[in-house]
Amino acid sequence: MDFSVVVEYFPRLLEGTWVSLQLVVISIVLGGVFALPIALARISPVGWIRAIPFAYIFFFRGTPLLVQIFLVYYGASQFDVVRESFLWPILKEPFWCAIIAFTLNTSAYTAEIFRGAIQAIPEGEVEACKVVGMSKYQMYRRVLLPRAFGIVLPAYGNEIILMLKGSALASTITILDLTGMARTIIARTYTPMEIFLAAGAIYLVISIVIIAIFRQIELRQNRYLGTLSIKVPDKG
Amino acid sequence: MIDLHGFGDQLLQGAVITLELALSSLFVGLILGLLGASAKLSSVKAFRWIAHAYTTIIRGIPELLTVLIIYFGATTVLMAIAGLFGYDDYIEVGAFAAGVTALGLTFGAYATEVFRGALQSIPTGQHEAAIALGMGPIRKFYRIILPQVWRIALPGLGNLFLVLLKDTALVSVVGLEDIMRKANIAVSSTKQAFLFYLVAAFMYLALTIISMVLVSYMEKRASRGLTRG
Repeated sequence: MDFSVVVEYFPRLLEGTWVSLQLVVISIVLGGVFALPIALARISPVGWIRAIPFAYIFFFRGTPLLVQIFLVYYGASQFDVVRESFLWPILKEPFWCAIIAFTLNTSAYTAEIFRGAIQAIPEGEVEACKVVGMSKYQMYRRVLLPRAFGIVLPAYGNEIILMLKGSALASTITILDLTGMARTIIARTYTPMEIFLAAGAIYLVISIVIIAIFRQIELRQNRYLGTLSIKVPDKG
Repeated sequence: MIDLHGFGDQLLQGAVITLELALSSLFVGLILGLLGASAKLSSVKAFRWIAHAYTTIIRGIPELLTVLIIYFGATTVLMAIAGLFGYDDYIEVGAFAAGVTALGLTFGAYATEVFRGALQSIPTGQHEAAIALGMGPIRKFYRIILPQVWRIALPGLGNLFLVLLKDTALVSVVGLEDIMRKANIAVSSTKQAFLFYLVAAFMYLALTIISMVLVSYMEKRASRGLTRG
C-alpha cells in the first residue's frame, strides 16, 4: 500500500470532514429540540397523545436510516404537489434532505432516551415538588429536566456517535461528506484501501474526541452525586 | 390494494436475501463476540489489548465505511495472500461475503461488550461449584456458564440484532440484491420512489416486529429455570 495518496488528498478529506460535522451538529441540535416535546407526549397520561409519538418512534427506530434518506430525497419528488410548493428549493438540495432525514431519525432515538431519563427519576422527587407547591411547569423546569439531563448524558453521547456514523449515509445521495469525498478521490486514484482507511481513522478520532468531551460534561453535571454512578437504561 | 407494478415478487426475494445476510452475520458476530469477551477477560495482556483495539476501531467507524473497506479491500488482501502461495488469478469477493464479514465484525464488536458484562455477572461460586464437581474448563463453560450468560445477554443481543437487521440495507450500496436494492431497481423503472421506499420501510418494520416477538419468546424460554421473586 502506498500512503502518499493520503498525504496528497488529505486537504480534500478534511473538506469532507467539515461537511460531515455540519450534518451531525445541525441534525443533533434540531433533533434534540424536537425530541423533548415528543418525549413528553410519549409519557402523557392521555392514551391517544401517547399513541402518536409511539408510532413515530417505532417507525424511525424500526426502519434503516438509508430507507429514510431515500424516502426524503427521492420519495418527495414523486409528488407534483411537492415540486410546485415553496418547499421544493429545500427538498431538491441533497444536503437539506439529509438534514431532514437525520433530524427525524435522531429525534426518535433521542426522545426515547429522554423518556427513559424522565421516568428514571424517583417518584419521591415528584412528590417533593408537589409538596412544596410547585406548578407542573416549575417542577419540570427546576427539578425533572435538570435531573434528566444528568442521567441522559452517557446515552446521549452514544447517540451523537451513532449519528456521526450514520452521517456516512449522506454519501449515498451525492453529498461530499467524509465518506462521499473518499469515494470521489478513489474514483480518481483507484486506491480504495488507503483512502478508506484514512477516512476511517478520521471518524475514529472524532468519535474519541466526542467520548472525551462527554466524559468531562458528565463529571461536571453529576459531581453532586460524588462517586455514585447512575444506571442509565440502555437504548435499543 | 397498492399497485406494485409486478415488483412484489422481486421485493420478497430481496427480503429472503436480507434475512440470509442478517442470520449469517448474526452467526459470525456471536462467535466473534464470545471470542472478544473471553479475550477481554483473559489474563494474557496481548489478548486484552487486541480485543480492546478491535471493539474501539469497529465501533468508531461508520458501518457503511466498514462495508466499503471490506468489499474493496478484501480482494486486495486475499490476492496478496494468494500471491504468496503462487496463485495469481483474479479473486473477487462477492457482495454477500463482504456483507457478512463487515456486519459480522460490527455485531461482534458490540456483542463483545454484552457478553463481557454477562460473563462478569456470573458469581464466582458457580465456577467453583463446577470445578468442585470435577468439570473441565470446556464442560464447565458449556453446562454451567454459557446457559446463564445466554439468559443475561439475550436482551442486549436482541437489541443488537435489530440494529444488524437495519444495517443490512447498507450492503445494497455494494450491489447485494436485498430489499433495498430491489426497491432501487423498482424505482428506476417506475419512477415511484415514495411508494417503493415506503413499502421497503414497512418490510423492514415487519422483520423488526417478527424479530422482537421471537426474542421475547427466547427470553422467556431462557429464564424458565428462574422462579419469579
